[in-house]
Amino acid sequence: MKQGIAVDLRNVVKRFANVCAVDHVSMQIRDGEFFSVLGPSGCGKTTTLRMIAGFEFPTSGEILLHGKSVGTTPPFRRNVNTVFQSYALFPHMTVAENVAFGLRMKKVPQAEIARRVTEALDMVRLSDFAARRPRQLSGGQQQRVALARALVNQPEVLLLDEPLGALDLKLRKEMQLELKSLQERVGITFIYVTHDQEEALTMSDRIAVMSAGKVLQIGTPTEIYERPVCRFVADFIGETNFIEGKVEALERGGIVSILSDDGLTLRGQTIRPVESGAHVTLSIRPEKAFLSVQEPPPGTPNCYQVRVERVAYIGSDTRIDVRLGSRLFDLWEQNSRSTLDRDAYWQPGETGYLWWPAENAIILTE
Amino acid sequence: MAADTLASDSQPREGRIAAILRRNERLQLGLLLFPGLFWLVTFFALPLVIVVFYSFAVNGPGGRIEWTFTLENYRILFTESLYVNAYWRSIWAGIWTTLICLLLGYPLAYYIVRSPPHWRTVLLFLVLIPFWTNFLVRTYAWMLILSNNGIINSAIQSLGLPRVALYPSEGAVLVGLVYGSLPFMVLPIYASLSRFDFTLMEAAADLGASQVRAFLKVMLPLTMPGVAAGSVLVFIPTVGQFVVSDLLGGAKVDYLGNLLQRLFTRSNPPNWPLGSAMAIVFMVVLTIAIVIYFRATIEEDR
Repeated sequence: MKQGIAVDLRNVVKRFANVCAVDHVSMQIRDGEFFSVLGPSGCGKTTTLRMIAGFEFPTSGEILLHGKSVGTTPPFRRNVNTVFQSYALFPHMTVAENVAFGLRMKKVPQAEIARRVTEALDMVRLSDFAARRPRQLSGGQQQRVALARALVNQPEVLLLDEPLGALDLKLRKEMQLELKSLQERVGITFIYVTHDQEEALTMSDRIAVMSAGKVLQIGTPTEIYERPVCRFVADFIGETNFIEGKVEALERGGIVSILSDDGLTLRGQTIRPVESGAHVTLSIRPEKAFLSVQEPPPGTPNCYQVRVERVAYIGSDTRIDVRLGSRLFDLWEQNSRSTLDRDAYWQPGETGYLWWPAENAIILTE
Repeated sequence: MAADTLASDSQPREGRIAAILRRNERLQLGLLLFPGLFWLVTFFALPLVIVVFYSFAVNGPGGRIEWTFTLENYRILFTESLYVNAYWRSIWAGIWTTLICLLLGYPLAYYIVRSPPHWRTVLLFLVLIPFWTNFLVRTYAWMLILSNNGIINSAIQSLGLPRVALYPSEGAVLVGLVYGSLPFMVLPIYASLSRFDFTLMEAAADLGASQVRAFLKVMLPLTMPGVAAGSVLVFIPTVGQFVVSDLLGGAKVDYLGNLLQRLFTRSNPPNWPLGSAMAIVFMVVLTIAIVIYFRATIEEDR
């Protein structure tokens, strides 16, 4: 079966006064997809969402919902629902009345409203709270009411604007998993706006990374993390070490050898074609580099003897800063063995051999 | 026993009055309540009781009060058309003033709340500025605006149209009443609206409510406390006022306040018992009206 396109943004621009909030954004969101828009605050992700909802209209460009252009259709005529960051539950109505609101506005018969409200509340496990007021519920419960209130309308697309932002960390993690499984059950397209990269990685089928009004990369969580297309994406999602330098030699299989500004020869993998002599950045994630006590066999790539500067034990990992050339290089070693033996952990002042396979490092041109 | 003695010895000796107080809880309660009660009784209950007494008394020759119980004052109020009409006229004036203030005041308050913050202060200030001028002066100003040679008629005449008799009239009274009461409507609604979360309007639109329905189902119910407070603040003084109807009505039609004023001060001899009865009826009617109004508009918190 050919997958349909739920939302199609074509060259969408939104200007406020003299600020360009959304700058020529194009993306296609597939039917039934959990799609996240990820970026720092002020990157235009919420404005993009608000344009799909109809709270803002694009300055130029086109938005299509299932093939139909919705340019200036007001929100109440779009079959799209939103879960607001502040939940925006109606405080003067009960939970059940909140959930029924959308159906009432569409003049759905009373009996059907009752049935669908019950179903929706069952779905978010809040049946016992139907007669309560929103403020009598906890943050997590309010969040679920907001979800039920939106989903009960069976929208073409559900828009979520940082819906977990106000919850504490533990609850947020629970809700992430719950949201994902809910989305799989109802099969509705979710567009999820967040600045939390872990949240986006955990739940999404695909992620669009935005910065300064532009979409930098669209891809699966693995693609975004393992093959970032530019420095911003590599830096924003997860942590990484950047080493700048000039391309020295192109080797087979997309392996590039660079000479860093402080005179180290390093190897990494490139996705895009690069030219000899071009200025590039090598990005190597801290968990993809290794520190050995003994010198690795000759021919091991990217191998340097280094001094341990700082060590932070954080339980699952030990985070180690080593001195590589003129910089501190961050690497994480998993604590896969349970021991209290001091010698099993790196100590500041010790020396070791830092190395990584060439394909673990990415060469970025932007 | 030994422990008891020990405990009382270790504490500082309390005075006799303190000891009495500690044992007598009623006395404690009485002392605590006294200031509040005294205030309420002296300034609120006592005058009211005096007025009630007056309303059942007979007005003797020369306005001297004779302390004989009578219902005559109330009979006059409910049967003589002068008084019955004045009641109705005042209540209608109150209702119209409240309605017009509501229709003008809500949009104005909304506009102020939705303005950028620095404008908000300026606009609120503009609403309040008229309070700094004496109310009488402001009402006289309206006489000048509405009179036959006033600004409006001059403008009409300069267009070559015939003059319109705007003043004195009941319409002119209504204009004056609305003008004087508008800030009392705007401010409580402004307070309610500034606490209103406008995301709720987006949520309502998102769920399929048109702007009108979103207003009726979400914004209006949630700002009802402001509307109710504003209505009461406008309605009560309007029903009892006498200055505006005197000045802008040309003292030709009687409103409740005008009759009251006349009975107490202007008529010769004065008739305090009838005036008191009038005030009591006025109070009872208003209390009932307000209770009904609050019941209807403000949903009880469950």
